[in-house]
Amino acid sequence: MRAFTYERPDSIAAAVQAASQPGAVFIAGGTNLLDLMKVDVERPRHLVDVSRLPLRNITETDDGGLRVGALASNTDVAADSRVRQRYPLLAQAVVNGASAQLRNQATTGGNLLQRTRCPYFYDVAMPCNKRKPGSGCSALQGYNRMHAILGASTDCIAVHPSDMAVAMTALHAEVELHTPSGADRRLPISELHRLPGEAPDHDTTLAPGELITAVILPPAPSGRQVYRKVRDRASYAFALVSVAAVLDVVDGTVRDARLALGGVAHKPWHPREAERELVGAPAQPDSFETAGQAVVKDAEAQRDNEFKIPLAQRLVVRTLSDLAGG
Amino acid sequence: MLGMASLVTAVLGRQLQAQQPQANPSLQTKPATAPGNVAVRLTVNGQVHDLTLDPRTTLLDALRDHLGLTGTKKGCDHGQCGACTVLVNGQRFNACLSLAAQRDGESVVTIEGLAESGRLHPLQQAFIKHDGFQCGYCTPGQICSAVGMLDELERGIPSAVSPHLAAAPEASVDEIRERMSGNICRCSAYPNIVAAILDSRAGRPG
Repeated sequence: MRAFTYERPDSIAAAVQAASQPGAVFIAGGTNLLDLMKVDVERPRHLVDVSRLPLRNITETDDGGLRVGALASNTDVAADSRVRQRYPLLAQAVVNGASAQLRNQATTGGNLLQRTRCPYFYDVAMPCNKRKPGSGCSALQGYNRMHAILGASTDCIAVHPSDMAVAMTALHAEVELHTPSGADRRLPISELHRLPGEAPDHDTTLAPGELITAVILPPAPSGRQVYRKVRDRASYAFALVSVAAVLDVVDGTVRDARLALGGVAHKPWHPREAERELVGAPAQPDSFETAGQAVVKDAEAQRDNEFKIPLAQRLVVRTLSDLAGG
Repeated sequence: MLGMASLVTAVLGRQLQAQQPQANPSLQTKPATAPGNVAVRLTVNGQVHDLTLDPRTTLLDALRDHLGLTGTKKGCDHGQCGACTVLVNGQRFNACLSLAAQRDGESVVTIEGLAESGRLHPLQQAFIKHDGFQCGYCTPGQICSAVGMLDELERGIPSAVSPHLAAAPEASVDEIRERMSGNICRCSAYPNIVAAILDSRAGRPG
């Protein structure tokens, strides 16, 4: 690990100030950042430890939603009785990610900002446009079984690894930010992460020094919801494909449907066209098939991940059918 | 005899004939005046330690190299194997993925701190009874992880295999296997590890 200096400011304002100096990086749980520092991918010169700022609580919002503090641990989120009752797909997504130890350490804000697990991003001996812009993408010609089938570019085919962010995308959550100018702003979680395009070194739309302070969950959606994850082993593995789904059926007709997919793109994938296909359609297998096809309509496989296209389609169909049926 | 030494090291977290290890002077950090060093106060197994550390020092390296508590093992050093699992303020953490500086003022329990007045912790006793290891390298992490895991179960924290998210989880084989998935055993002693954990709960409800 390269040398760095360390400080633990005691206010949000001081933390944001400290992080605006060149080479400064926030650290909270550290489970991804320290990992990347050990393999020399992340090279901060100054660490600003935000882990003790008063951002750990999960509180009710005025409109009946929840405000999840950015420092609430993954375990805090999954264990919260309100999350379990009102947003079960979020609790499911969290407990399907990482290990219990990591969930105790990892924070909500850090989970959103974790980096891809593309092995070429992790290997500093290999070209990688995300790590070193302009050096090339080793995954394009390499072993790319885990990589993107939607929204990728010729510069990067990495996927975002978070389960939690996929659930929050289906819940139409918002991310609350504190900016270096001192102002707070909010943005829809679907606008936090970006597609790689020609600048895969930028995972998110955050400006330098901006600090995630909370995730705002709107009131729980009507209908039934579930998070389903397909992976190579039954526990402690990243998703091949995952889906967060909410389905509200009234008198046999879909009144509202929300979908988000993980393991398929550089960001949690929000298939708006499939959602539109579902609303107003009969809650029948044909409608779910149509939605599944819409999800993968523009999918493009790499050499090793062709299986992800039918897998994503079938996972959407099966998940929607289960929500409508059982 | 070697097997016995390995067993004692694994379960108690210390070498045969070694008493509670003291900090190794040759491994102490640079003096406090060195630029960039940080002062860190750790309470480890009830004992307060004031350390001056290079900020890069992980909690794992602080325990092993600065406090001489080598019961906590370094396996992958990347949070994948769980050999370094310790309890931080009662919660299980991977000590390799935490900076010691971040734990300043906090309380850490390692495998060396589980036995009380010469009496093994029920989980240590159960691992011996059920032969919950072969080489023993992952065992300190397995046992510390199991202590934290049983507490999480008691607090009703759900897992990926809990059938009903809103209900209190039960200490079933499936739950234990899922909840211990962050601790890898390369010898694959899993059946005995699960049996030991289940047995350690004997007499408890649920």
